[in-house]
Amino acid sequence: MNFLDAVVQGLMLGGLYAIFAAGLSLIFGVMKIVSLSYGAFAVMAAYLALHFTEAIGWSPLLSMLLVVPIMAAFGWVLQRFILQRTLGNSALPSILVTFGLAVIIENVLLLTESADQKRMTLGAIDTAAFEIGFIRVGVYPFGLFILSVILLGILSLVMAKTQFGRAVRAISEDAPTVELMGIRPKRIYAWSAAIALALAAIAGVASGIQTSFSPLSGGMLLIFAFEAVIIGGIGSLWGTFVGALVLGLAQTIGASFFPSQGILIGNIVFLIFLAFLPQGISGKVKR
Amino acid sequence: MAAAQTDLSQVKVNRWTRTSLIGSPVALLVILLMFALPYITALSNIRALTDLLIFIIIGSMWNLMAGYGGMESVGQQAYIGLGAYGFVVIADLLGINVFLAIPLAGIVAGVIAFLLSFLAFRLVGGYFSIGTWVIAEVVKLIITQFPELGLGSGISLYAMSGFDKDFRIALSYWIALVVTALAVLVCVLLVRSRFGLGLTAVRDDATAAATSGVDVSRAKRVVFVISGIGTGLAGAIIAIQTLRVQPDSLFSVQWSVLMIFMVVVGGVGTIEGPIIGALIFWGLREALAEYGSLYLILLGVIAIVFALFFREGIWGIIQKRRRFSIFPTGYTTSFGNIK
Repeated sequence: MNFLDAVVQGLMLGGLYAIFAAGLSLIFGVMKIVSLSYGAFAVMAAYLALHFTEAIGWSPLLSMLLVVPIMAAFGWVLQRFILQRTLGNSALPSILVTFGLAVIIENVLLLTESADQKRMTLGAIDTAAFEIGFIRVGVYPFGLFILSVILLGILSLVMAKTQFGRAVRAISEDAPTVELMGIRPKRIYAWSAAIALALAAIAGVASGIQTSFSPLSGGMLLIFAFEAVIIGGIGSLWGTFVGALVLGLAQTIGASFFPSQGILIGNIVFLIFLAFLPQGISGKVKR
Repeated sequence: MAAAQTDLSQVKVNRWTRTSLIGSPVALLVILLMFALPYITALSNIRALTDLLIFIIIGSMWNLMAGYGGMESVGQQAYIGLGAYGFVVIADLLGINVFLAIPLAGIVAGVIAFLLSFLAFRLVGGYFSIGTWVIAEVVKLIITQFPELGLGSGISLYAMSGFDKDFRIALSYWIALVVTALAVLVCVLLVRSRFGLGLTAVRDDATAAATSGVDVSRAKRVVFVISGIGTGLAGAIIAIQTLRVQPDSLFSVQWSVLMIFMVVVGGVGTIEGPIIGALIFWGLREALAEYGSLYLILLGVIAIVFALFFREGIWGIIQKRRRFSIFPTGYTTSFGNIK
C-alpha cells in the first residue's frame, strides 16, 4: 500500500475513533468514572441498527434516526437509576458495575445473535471513491471523517455556549460547589450519559458499516477509544480528536509496513505516549 | 507544659481473637488433610479441586492488589499467560527441571510485572483498569509473534510427559495446594506487617498515607509485583493441568471477570473474602457451566448487585454481625485493665 494512501486512511479511521472517544472523554470529564461497558454499548447499537435494517428495510444510516435516540434514552435511564449509585470516593463500584454490564450485554448478544461476524452495507456507497491527484479516497470514510468534525464541533459549541455546557464544565471542576449554586449534578450526569451513549451509538453503527462486528468486539472499541483519550490528553475535546487521528494513523501506517500488525503498532504507539508524554498532546491535565 | 509520661509496658496489642485462635489451626489442619485427598477420592474430583485452588490463588492475588492496594486491574490475565508461557519456555525449551521451572515462571511474571508497573502506574482509577487491559493485549500480541511459541494457536507442554497420567493429576493438585497455602500466608503476613498497615492507609486515603510517611508508589509497586508473581504461578499450574498453552484462553479478559466476581462477592479487602468468593464461583460453575452465556449473565448480575447493595461482600456481612475472623489480621489494644 502506498504511504500516502495509508495516511489518508489513517485520518479517516481516526475520525471514527474520535466520535467514539469523545463520549468516553465526556463521561470521565463530568462524572470522573470510566465506563468499561462503553464498547459493549456501541456493539449493542450496531446490532439494533442491523435488526432495524433487516426488519423495515431501511438503510443503516437511516436506522440511526431510531438507534441513536434509543441508546441515548438507555444511557439516561442507566445513569439515573444504576450508575448514579456508584459515584463516590472509590472508583471500584463504578468499575465493577460497568464491567458487569459489559459482561451481561456481551452474553445477551451471544445468546440472541450468533457469534459470527456481521456487517452492514450501504450498497454502492461502500466501494465508491473519488480521486484527489493520485490518492483514492473512499466516499464513505470521507463522509464519516466530515461527520466526526461536525459532531465534535457541535459538542464543543454546546460546551462553550449553552447553560448545559457551562454546568458540565463547572461540575468537572468542582461538583459540590456547583450544587450550592442550585444546579443538580444528577440531572447533568444523566444528560451527559445520554449524549455519550448517542455518540457511542453513532460510532457503533458507523463502524458496523465500515468493518465487521461480533458480540465480543466491544472490548477492542473500548481500548481504541481509551487510547485516543490518553494520547490526546484527558479533559480536552480537541485533544481527544487529535489523539484519535494519531491512533488511526499509527494503525494504518503500521499495517502498511507490517501487514496485520496494525493494532499491535497502535497499542505500542499508545504505550510510548504513556511512557514519555503521559499528560497527552493537549497537556491540559497533569496526573 | 509537661508531657504526660505513659508507661508503654502496660499497653498490649492483641492480634488474635477467639475465632482466629480456633480458625487458624483449623485452616492449617484442613490444608494438611487436603494433601491426603488424592489417596481418598476419585481423580476427577481432584481435577475439579485443582480448579478451585487456582481460583483461590488468583482471587487472593487480585484482592491483595485491589482490596489493599486500591488498584483495580482488569489486565491480570497478562500474568496468567506469562506464567503459563514462562513455564513452557523454561521447562520445555530450556529443559530445566519442572519443580524448579514453576517458581522461575512466577519470578518471570513478577519481573515483567515490575517493569510494566512503571507504565501502568501513570494511570489511576478506571483509566488504570483499561490501561492494564491494553498492556495485557500487547503482551498477548507480542507473545503470538514467535513461531517457537506456536504463534496464535499455542503449543503443547511436553515436560510433564515423564509422569504417569494419574500421578500427574495428583501432582498438579499438590502443587496448587502448596501455592494456595503460600499465597494466603503471604497475604496474612503482609497485611499484619507494618508494611500492610501502610498499605491499608494507602487504600483508604493515599494522600493522608503519604503525609504520614508511607511511600505510596513503592507500597503499590510491591503489591503489584507480588500479585503478578502469584498470578503467574497460577498460570504455570494451569499449563501443567491442561498440558497446552493457548493465547486466546490464557490472555482472555474472562480471567479478570472471574477475579473481580470472586473478590466482590466474597468481600473485598479481607483475607477470607476471596476464598469464600472462589468457593461460590466454583460451586456455581460446577452447577451451571453447561448454560454457557446464561451463566455468565448471572455472574454479571450478581457482581452488579453486590457492588451496588452489598459492597462489603459476604464476609463483610458476616463480620458486621460479630467480630469473626479466621486469620489473625485485625487487632485490639488494651491498656492495663482498660480495653
